[in-house]
Amino acid sequence: MSNALEIHHLNKSFGGVKVTQDLSLTVKPGERRLIIGPNGAGKTTLFSQISGEIISDSGSISVFGKDITKSPAHLRAHVGVSRTYQIITLFPKNTLTHNVALAMLGISKHKWSTINKLKADDELFVKALELLDQVGLKHRANMLISEISYGEQRRVEIAIAMSQNPSLLLLDEPLAGLSHDERIIVRDLIIAIPKKTTIIMIEHDMDVALSFAETISVLHYGSLIVEGDRDYVVNHPRTREVYLGH
Amino acid sequence: MKKTATLLVVAFLISIPFYSGEYYINLGSQMLIAAIFASSLNLLVGYGGLTSLGHAVYLGLSAYITAWLITKLGLGHAQTAVIALTATTIMGMIFGWIALRATGLGFLMLTLALSQIFWGLAYRWVSMTNGDNGISGISRPSPFGVNLDDSNYFYWFVLIIFLASIFIISRIVHSPFGVSICGTRDQSKRMTALGFNVWLIRWITFVLASFFGAVAGLLYVYFHKYIHPTVMSITSSAEALLCVIAGGAGTLTGPIIGAFLVMILKNYVSGYVERWNMLLGAVFVFIVLFMPSGITPWAAEKIRLIRNKFE
Repeated sequence: MSNALEIHHLNKSFGGVKVTQDLSLTVKPGERRLIIGPNGAGKTTLFSQISGEIISDSGSISVFGKDITKSPAHLRAHVGVSRTYQIITLFPKNTLTHNVALAMLGISKHKWSTINKLKADDELFVKALELLDQVGLKHRANMLISEISYGEQRRVEIAIAMSQNPSLLLLDEPLAGLSHDERIIVRDLIIAIPKKTTIIMIEHDMDVALSFAETISVLHYGSLIVEGDRDYVVNHPRTREVYLGH
Repeated sequence: MKKTATLLVVAFLISIPFYSGEYYINLGSQMLIAAIFASSLNLLVGYGGLTSLGHAVYLGLSAYITAWLITKLGLGHAQTAVIALTATTIMGMIFGWIALRATGLGFLMLTLALSQIFWGLAYRWVSMTNGDNGISGISRPSPFGVNLDDSNYFYWFVLIIFLASIFIISRIVHSPFGVSICGTRDQSKRMTALGFNVWLIRWITFVLASFFGAVAGLLYVYFHKYIHPTVMSITSSAEALLCVIAGGAGTLTGPIIGAFLVMILKNYVSGYVERWNMLLGAVFVFIVLFMPSGITPWAAEKIRLIRNKFE
């Protein structure tokens, strides 16, 4: 079986600043991978390169054996790549159901229909409601995004990501800005995601992140400097030097 | 409730010629044409979040093609209408392809520049357009033997096209594609990540807007039986934009109300107030200051508050 993600010799520069340097990474299907590194290490840039929002200067990216290096960003969702954002990007003037239904519409051929009216009892909305139920937000389904709390918005982000039934899920700091209780709720939601979905997560909360990940990759100045299991990475002198600071 | 209100409004619009004088019937026709035009622009501005300052080019182009084919080639109205709508929509495809290289201010300037090319052509390509003299001598069609030179019949003809256009626009904006258009307006980056081809959605919206702009142009030239380069000027485009913003961008009824207001000020009030342009400006400033999201959203909010008070 092909690897969930294979990145070979990826490079990206913004002017003279190299944000991704000869980066190679392999993630197995069903794996839970954590990416850590200090601020400016190029973690989010790497996610944007995988999701196609940033075009790489050189190198290749394959998802489940399919080379997506040159695929436009919108087509990557159709091969199973889904992502969340460090800064929440939802549709604040719309309801929770609408947000999730819209995400499902993105990978549906139905999205080009200009004739049929999109109604509240459509299959999309029914499924959206089920997903909101899974993240514990069914009771808020008809509220606007702008009316719910930050922690709930994070849960909607996860519902949106899962609504696309992704094979590769990129979670960019899903616990950022959450209270202790909210962190536990979101962490449990992430842990509950079925193994058919491979997850790569960027997270600074080491307590939560380390308990979640099977393999950890450490980035520094756009390069992969350490990779391995939890104990190996945490005890590695380079990790301590550039990230843990002791 | 909504359906009943819509039916009442439609019944009122149908009944106008039975008790109104010719002046008001003609004003009604102009208001409906302006409403189609503003609604077409609203697809771009209100739903797509793409502010254009060159939309009048589609009205003008459709009108000029119609005028030219009728007066110079002597073609029938049916052929002319098909050619004018098709050619203008194709031009919309090309302009959309060019203008959508940019968004925001860049898009605004590109639409303005492209429309100015045609405005300049209309003035300077005298052998084709008669330049500043414009093209006159255009006749109105007689569908199924109905004489549209009669202002009543012409009003009803325009009303039918208006209702059909608004119905189609309504279906589009409430369809999955319409939901996608709004998504690209609100979070284009997110929409791309969700699998939507943002550029293509915007381009199709642009083309649809140009098509309905062309429909308005066709009716415009039938009404005036004359066409002059000023219809493609920046003032015409800005006036349509004003209708959309004043009425409420991104709402179905907003541009219609905005267009009605502007046409009343332009045609009716100008008969009593010499500096009506100043009045139009003052009304616009008032709306922007006190109803920043436009008349329709402001009224909807007030109605909601009153309802809540009594519930």
